[in-house]
Amino acid sequence: MVADKSKSIRRDVFQAIADPTRRAIIFLLAVGAMTPNAIAEHFNSSRQAVSKHLKVLVECEVVNQEQQGREIHYHLNSDKMKDIEKWLEQFKQLMENRFQQLDKLLENLKKQSK
Amino acid sequence: MTPNLQSDFLVDKEKNTITIKREFLANRSLVWDCYTKSELLDQWFAPKPLTTKTKSMDFREGGHWHFAMIEPNGTEYWSRFDYLSITASEKYTALDGFSNADGDINEELPRAKQQLAFTDKGENTLVETVVIYNSLADLETVIQMGMEEGMWATLEKLDELLLKLK
Repeated sequence: MVADKSKSIRRDVFQAIADPTRRAIIFLLAVGAMTPNAIAEHFNSSRQAVSKHLKVLVECEVVNQEQQGREIHYHLNSDKMKDIEKWLEQFKQLMENRFQQLDKLLENLKKQSK
Repeated sequence: MTPNLQSDFLVDKEKNTITIKREFLANRSLVWDCYTKSELLDQWFAPKPLTTKTKSMDFREGGHWHFAMIEPNGTEYWSRFDYLSITASEKYTALDGFSNADGDINEELPRAKQQLAFTDKGENTLVETVVIYNSLADLETVIQMGMEEGMWATLEKLDELLLKLK
């Protein structure tokens, strides 16, 4: 894990997806592992800019680096991306649970008013 | 139980919003009452097995609802909804927040804005809830808190139980 020594910026999956270029990189890597050069070819921004974004993604543990011979390949750590999805799914269930209770209450209230 | 009722859950990660639409089998004034009167809120707001207890309710612009969600073991989670704007029977906007039993808001924790809109759908009512976080980092803090407080774990247990009962 590479820690950011200069300042204690948040490094999490949410920061990873906060930037449009990083979202695009995640999208690319969802298809398969890529070298930094291959990734940079998809963007108009400088190679340095892309490599900065890759660094953030690695620090957020959204993307993993793997040395293959002389080349580095980046690939998606899909477990990390699942954290958000998992929470959203639980939030969805919480709301549905709440709504079902409201369904019942409304049903009772309608019966009472009859 | 209630087939063919509209139910949508949309997430916009770029705008940090969650939009939830749900149709209810009742007229708008009844649904409005359930959302705005504490004696009715107490009967449905906390997801099972938690229960809701209102300490104070002042449903007007500038007023707030101060309540706790209580676990079966007695653990209380206090919250406060501050009402920012209200158009009777149509919509209201509230700022949610974590508080203590005295109603003091914990300013260190993120607050989300909730916009609710109530519309007729035939004889039914459609409620649209839009939850807006200032940032994804805010949302994450809320997620972590929920996990730490065990509320999500409680819900997961409930899901397991429901599966068994089916």
